[in-house]
Amino acid sequence: MQRIGVFVCWCGSNIAATVDVQAVSDALAKEPGVVYSTNYQYMCSEAGQNMIKNAIKEYNLTGVVVCSCSPRMHEATFRKTVAAAGLNPYMLEVANIREQCSWIHKDKEAGTEKAIVLGRTAIAKVQLNAPLQAGESPVVKRALVIGGGIAGIQTALDIAEAGFDVDIVEKNPTIGGKMTQIDKTFPTLDCAACILTPKMVDCAQNEKIHIYSYSEVESVKGFVGNFTVSIKKKARYVDENKCTGCGECTTKCPMKNVPNEFNLGMDNRRAIYIPFAQAVPKVATIDPNYCNMLKNGKCGLCAKVCGAGAIDYKQQDQIVEEKYGAIVVATGYNPIKLDKFDEFGYSLSKDVITSLEFERLTNAAGPTSGTLLRPSDGKHPHTIVFVQCVGSRDTSGCGKPYCSKICCMYTAKHAMLTREKYPDTDVYVFYIDVRSPGKNYDEFYRRAVEQYGVHYIKGMVGKVAPRADGKIMVQASDLLADEQLHIEADLVVLAAAIEPDKSARPLATMLTASMDTNDFFTEAHAKLRPVESPTAGIFLSGACQGPKDIPDTVSQASAAAAKVIGLLVKDKLTTNPCVAQSNEMMCNGCSSCERVCPYGAITYVDKEFRMPDRTTRVRRVASVNPAVCQGCGACTVACPSGAMDLKGFSNSQIMAEVDAICQMK
Amino acid sequence: MNNEMMKEQVIRMSGVNPLKCMRCGKCSGTCPSYDEMEYHPHQFVYMVEKGEIDKLMASPSIYKCLSCFACVERCPRDVEPAKLVEAIRLMVVRQQGQNHLKANEIPALLDNDLPQQALVTAFRKYTK
Ligand SMILES: Cc1cc2nc3c(=O)[nH]c(=O)nc-3n(C[C@H](O)[C@H](O)[C@H](O)COP(=O)(O)OP(=O)(O)OC[C@H]3O[C@@H](n4cnc5c(N)ncnc54)[C@H](O)[C@@H]3O)c2cc1C
Ligand code: SF4
Ligand code: SF4
Ligand code: SF4
Ligand code: SF4
Repeated sequence: MQRIGVFVCWCGSNIAATVDVQAVSDALAKEPGVVYSTNYQYMCSEAGQNMIKNAIKEYNLTGVVVCSCSPRMHEATFRKTVAAAGLNPYMLEVANIREQCSWIHKDKEAGTEKAIVLGRTAIAKVQLNAPLQAGESPVVKRALVIGGGIAGIQTALDIAEAGFDVDIVEKNPTIGGKMTQIDKTFPTLDCAACILTPKMVDCAQNEKIHIYSYSEVESVKGFVGNFTVSIKKKARYVDENKCTGCGECTTKCPMKNVPNEFNLGMDNRRAIYIPFAQAVPKVATIDPNYCNMLKNGKCGLCAKVCGAGAIDYKQQDQIVEEKYGAIVVATGYNPIKLDKFDEFGYSLSKDVITSLEFERLTNAAGPTSGTLLRPSDGKHPHTIVFVQCVGSRDTSGCGKPYCSKICCMYTAKHAMLTREKYPDTDVYVFYIDVRSPGKNYDEFYRRAVEQYGVHYIKGMVGKVAPRADGKIMVQASDLLADEQLHIEADLVVLAAAIEPDKSARPLATMLTASMDTNDFFTEAHAKLRPVESPTAGIFLSGACQGPKDIPDTVSQASAAAAKVIGLLVKDKLTTNPCVAQSNEMMCNGCSSCERVCPYGAITYVDKEFRMPDRTTRVRRVASVNPAVCQGCGACTVACPSGAMDLKGFSNSQIMAEVDAICQMK
Repeated sequence: MNNEMMKEQVIRMSGVNPLKCMRCGKCSGTCPSYDEMEYHPHQFVYMVEKGEIDKLMASPSIYKCLSCFACVERCPRDVEPAKLVEAIRLMVVRQQGQNHLKANEIPALLDNDLPQQALVTAFRKYTK
């Protein structure tokens, strides 16, 4: 029988207001094995922790139960406390009487009764606790960043700066992400390329950074400190090491009508292409969907013109396997498709465009060389209507329920820049709310109104109808004037909602990292751990975690890097000793546990066993790798013979807890 | 019936929760009958929320709505303003002698182009 001490916390009034803490410590004092029971205002305070340490010594305690907040909050704290007093840290149990009791009950009598039951349950478990020893696992001193937008670039640069190797896996032929497509950036209006391309070049030149461009993550195995990742380098049919990026091939290729994704299909590229002049790596890529040579073996012109002999039509996808200590997800976002919004006429007219297309139409490297012209007839637009919140804040099922956060600001930017460059243009912005919190953000938006004379109208556009004469009829409400407006526009710009990249969901499954219902990666704690995933060793950077502009993205990217560096400087990690273990006498080698283990921690060994009749028999039994097992317990439920058990959460401990809950008093 | 009771009834009949409205005005931006109406779709939503049912019942707007459901189709928050217009119209026509269309008025209104279905619809909308 253990000698157990019980410590009931008031948590100020958080617990004490709805739970009679004195009654709880009195009741629990009568439980079998309890030799000491008390309550105190703040158990986690230094004074509270000293009470625990002193009691352990004075009463020779062998087990401790703290009735307090969730173990997620302070289990680690109290484990350290009992260890400091010489007890094995796993002889501590926390009964959660705050989140699971005082915070959710109003009636003090019922709350008190439930707190007693929760305390009794923890006591029943501690009776069966055994000392556990944490193991150690080595840390691979290399990080992987998935996604090479500004988020991934900043994270990689910061990790490299600290002296660690870091690889970037980018699915496109070049790194840079959406920021490469943006012209100028709010709130300071510096040119995106001028501030981004030096960072891209830094990545390419930094010897600590390796870029896998045109590559994707195929599979992820392992655990924090020790991931094994397969990376697929897609065939680009050009030898990266030989190509000098001269671009000769991209001017000679006869396939001239390939929609250019960099300019969002508003102009064409060739079948062999370099996305844009400052691409990193600056290497050509052949698009197999359009290349004549790859499709039917006729052509081969690029190989003839390439002085470097870099073209290789026989190149195959290649799989590379690498080990990493930490993984950062930086997969970013995309604007949503607008096919569910017929009322805005996006598919009906070339002159109804998205905001990202607008960026390309004003960019010197864009399809119009930076002159704002209508895509349909190349004429200068005189009346432009911007529509905010297209598909954002939409609970009807067509769009996204959240605010996309960046569109109010970039729309103000677009409106302002248009008025500056083309003062003869009438610019309307339809808004529901203008959301401009942030340093110098509201000032920026007000400048658009006050200095540049942009017409901001509170109300939503209800209908966009292209007319035969090329004008676009915009019907909208002006809520403040209580009017319905009919505007003859030349160009309509839709601020489309943004959503996570479609590849994020399968990636999250590979990483066992959690996501919210909108497919944004979830952080470990919304306030206190915003750059870590709840899965150890997985970190989050940029818009893949939620809509973000560049300043927010870069802050988060550097924060994620700091967390990664904090992990990689360690030589060893202590492992969680609460891992699974099979009882070989009961295991029948059925493979059920191996199939459910999400971490691949279970293998089978053939072992000799002595039978009762003194013969030996070889049996196949499960064996758990304690360094890989995360203690999720899936195998213990799957095992049909009850052979699998979790240390610290054994079947008998769980049953003892259930019995304690069901016990009538 | 006072306004508060009528509000409850309108909400029950329509199944609309006016608190879902984020006041974007898309319904009124889309409404083809806007200029004919004294109160516009978004105002129906707001006025029901405030409980100003008597004003809405007295307004000719309830007969100007075409029941085209454009506002229902396009509302980003699924508020369904036209259902409120309909509920308020019903509040009126269900009262004694408040039918907006009487059978003996029909012959004078008929012309060759009027589809039969429009008649049926009008009866459904404007009479008990
Ligand atoms: C029209 C418009 C204008 C804007 N203007 C401004 C502005 O003026 N100022 C400002 O601060 N912000 C602006 N923004 C916001 C800005 O674009 C974002 O804040 C920024 O791009 C986010 O960076 P990111 O790296 O998180 O995502 P991204 O830029 O989307 O980068 C993600 C990268 O990851 C890659 N990737 C995705 N999935 C995978 C995968 N599975 N494997 C490998 N690689 C993958 C993608 O190819 C991409 O390269 C604007 C946005 C839009 C739409
Ligand atoms: S493949 Fe050859 S021709 Fe094309 S850019 Fe590279 S070096 Fe130049
Ligand atoms: S940022 Fe502005 S435009 Fe974008 S969804 Fe939010 S409120 Fe609408
Ligand atoms: S469209 Fe919907 S959310 Fe917008 S004002 Fe009308 S009822 Fe309200
Ligand atoms: S249903 Fe009525 S209120 Fe709604 S858009 Fe049509 S005419 Fe306007």
